[in-house]
Amino acid sequence: MAIELPENVVVSKLDELASWCRKNSLWPMPFATACCGIELMATGASRHDLARFGAEVFRFSPRQCDLMIVAGRVVMKMLPVLQRIWGQMNEPKWCISMGACASTGGVFDTYSVVQGIDRFIPVDMYVPGCPPRPEQLIQAIIDLQDKIQAEGTIMGDEFNLPSRQMKKRALVELPVLPSLPPGFIPQLRR
Amino acid sequence: MIQTATLDKLKAAFAGLAVSEFRSQTRVVAPLASAAALMAYLKKDGGFDLLVDVTCVDYLNFRDAKDRFGLVYLLASTVTNERLTVRIFVNEPDLTVPSVTSLWAGANWLEREVYDMFGISFAGHPDLRRILMPFEFDAFPLRKDYPMQGRGERHNFPVLTRGRS
Amino acid sequence: MPLEPATFAAEQEDAQDYVWSLNFGPQHPATHTTLRLVLKLDGERVIDAIPDIGYLHSGFEKIGEHLNYNQYVTVTDRMNYISPMANNVAWHGAVENLLGLEIPPRCKYIRTIVAELARISDHLLCNGAVGLDVGAFTYFLYAFNRREDIYNIFESLCGARFTNSYTRVGGVMRDANPQFVDLVRKFVQTFPKTLDDMDRLLNRNRIFIDRTKGVGVFSKEAATNTSCTGPIARASGVTRDLRKDEPYLAYADFDFQVCCATAGDCFARYLVRNAEMRESLKIVAQAIENLPGGPVNVDIGERTAIPTKQAVYSTIEGCISHFELTMSNRGFVVPNEECYSAIESPNGELGFYLVGDGSEVAYRARCRPPSFIHFSVFPQLIRGHTLSDVVAVLGSLNIIAAELDR
Repeated sequence: MAIELPENVVVSKLDELASWCRKNSLWPMPFATACCGIELMATGASRHDLARFGAEVFRFSPRQCDLMIVAGRVVMKMLPVLQRIWGQMNEPKWCISMGACASTGGVFDTYSVVQGIDRFIPVDMYVPGCPPRPEQLIQAIIDLQDKIQAEGTIMGDEFNLPSRQMKKRALVELPVLPSLPPGFIPQLRR
Repeated sequence: MIQTATLDKLKAAFAGLAVSEFRSQTRVVAPLASAAALMAYLKKDGGFDLLVDVTCVDYLNFRDAKDRFGLVYLLASTVTNERLTVRIFVNEPDLTVPSVTSLWAGANWLEREVYDMFGISFAGHPDLRRILMPFEFDAFPLRKDYPMQGRGERHNFPVLTRGRS
Repeated sequence: MPLEPATFAAEQEDAQDYVWSLNFGPQHPATHTTLRLVLKLDGERVIDAIPDIGYLHSGFEKIGEHLNYNQYVTVTDRMNYISPMANNVAWHGAVENLLGLEIPPRCKYIRTIVAELARISDHLLCNGAVGLDVGAFTYFLYAFNRREDIYNIFESLCGARFTNSYTRVGGVMRDANPQFVDLVRKFVQTFPKTLDDMDRLLNRNRIFIDRTKGVGVFSKEAATNTSCTGPIARASGVTRDLRKDEPYLAYADFDFQVCCATAGDCFARYLVRNAEMRESLKIVAQAIENLPGGPVNVDIGERTAIPTKQAVYSTIEGCISHFELTMSNRGFVVPNEECYSAIESPNGELGFYLVGDGSEVAYRARCRPPSFIHFSVFPQLIRGHTLSDVVAVLGSLNIIAAELDR
């Protein structure tokens, strides 16, 4: 919904209206990989109903959605898939990293689990928990709605701000570790 | 839980098997040379029609271990409700074991996983390639000399920011 | 993304030009989380299906070599995450088998009750997902509503709805309280009516029967030859159920039946799971009425379960036992041996092959995953059926990606 406007036109109320529309009709794209996916389904089911917040339409097509909820651990084999789907979504789009595994790697500090998707994807909201209760996810969606209302613009240029374009501290590529000497087995502290 | 009659027939058919028991589970250590014949015997004459699991243990850091890799085949019989564990020890550099895919079709993926995680090849397997790790991965993760956090493969990806996505 | 069809050892590029490949997953609403299928289709008929897994491989077995036996139960929760209690019971059953520990009767009954409630929860979700994939959304919502009741029961027992980590070596985390008993009794009374409602929705529904009957047929010999166990094998005629064949926990005390079918198609698997839910409810009803009293953890002398605070402060054995267990260079002694122990999980035979090396950390903790083995039979079930049957068959196999990939 980007409109070409001449430079001397102020659209503050229109911005608020657009943000209000966008926040109350967030269409989630569930990227459910593991246990958090079940709590995501429970949040969408009848007991804790996510549809009352406007997020009724769980369409699995990235072209039709604007909120990607990454629920569950992301493995290095799955990360290119995640990046491709994030790239297929149209602006304006937001990302919620649900659960400890998506936010930081969780209990799985292993050779194959990405230690936080925010190393590779821009994330707007983190939901702690393993798995988070449905009420926590609903709170995250409400907080995201507040963020959209506060920052949103009708032309979607809240994402063009320098603060959003900077690589966050977590969004830094880590160096590949030098090869370890043979026989060296790093042990975790128990 | 194996019946004495079955075990006696097995010991009579194959001399030189080391049989032990622990918590009422019978374990048989088979030398690599007679592994294929033993598996065929167990499937056809022993009546073990259910292959429960194929797995491997890396004894690199185990106290008093003589061989590095121990392959474990867990067998069961749905008819007589018996169980048997067969262990085959292999050492580097010759990590090849005859495949049991022709006997039990369920061994297909189980052996692929052992190959993926430990690097043990199965001779006669129809489709031996990696199953859980990406195809371009070059290490064998469950070996004891591979660190748990990996060697940096998990973070070797491009970074997408708001500007680039 | 890697993986062209040419990398598969299967077949060459087909000469006919009406055979096309469709990539199904790993991100797809109907794949139960992350698994991938490359389907070779002739119009809508499936000629071949090549599974590609590993999109959730988190290194569970590697973690098992670094966490001790009481810490690893938190990780087993995340395997078959639809019924985490069953995984906890399986893991600690295996550890106690390795240690040669005999748990008290009250603990056995409580573990049986939670394992059967987990079975009901798993079958509700599996059948609900089959309904959802085939188009019956109401059925799915009914199932999820009753799962919330089971979550309430688990929450009253141990504080967590979902990933419970309830068992410990030699016992459980917390004893059952009267609130738990009341909730279970209420569930036992109200659940049959919901099951009847759900059956009325789908059992004689023309659309559902047309979509699942005769689809994905699996013969009895094929089931055993491909190592399938659990409801999938029982729907094909195999009568193996570890609760009856090798009774563990308190199953020998209860009167229940093993549910089997002979057709081996999706509809038979759906019916077998429905019937198993009713049998599980019977077991829970019998168990909760006859819950024995007494201690829920093993005796202090075994030096494996943390003693109660009262015992620690007032008896010398409790104090010594607490010291032995919590000081980091002590702990219980595990034999230098290996053994395998399995339970009848909702998905099939879930077993752990443990190699102990004397310390509190397992040397090797191998999980025998039913979902991994069941997914390997998917290509032979789907050959010749249409694209829409792929979803029905996948749902009926109850593939949990975390158990598939570990």
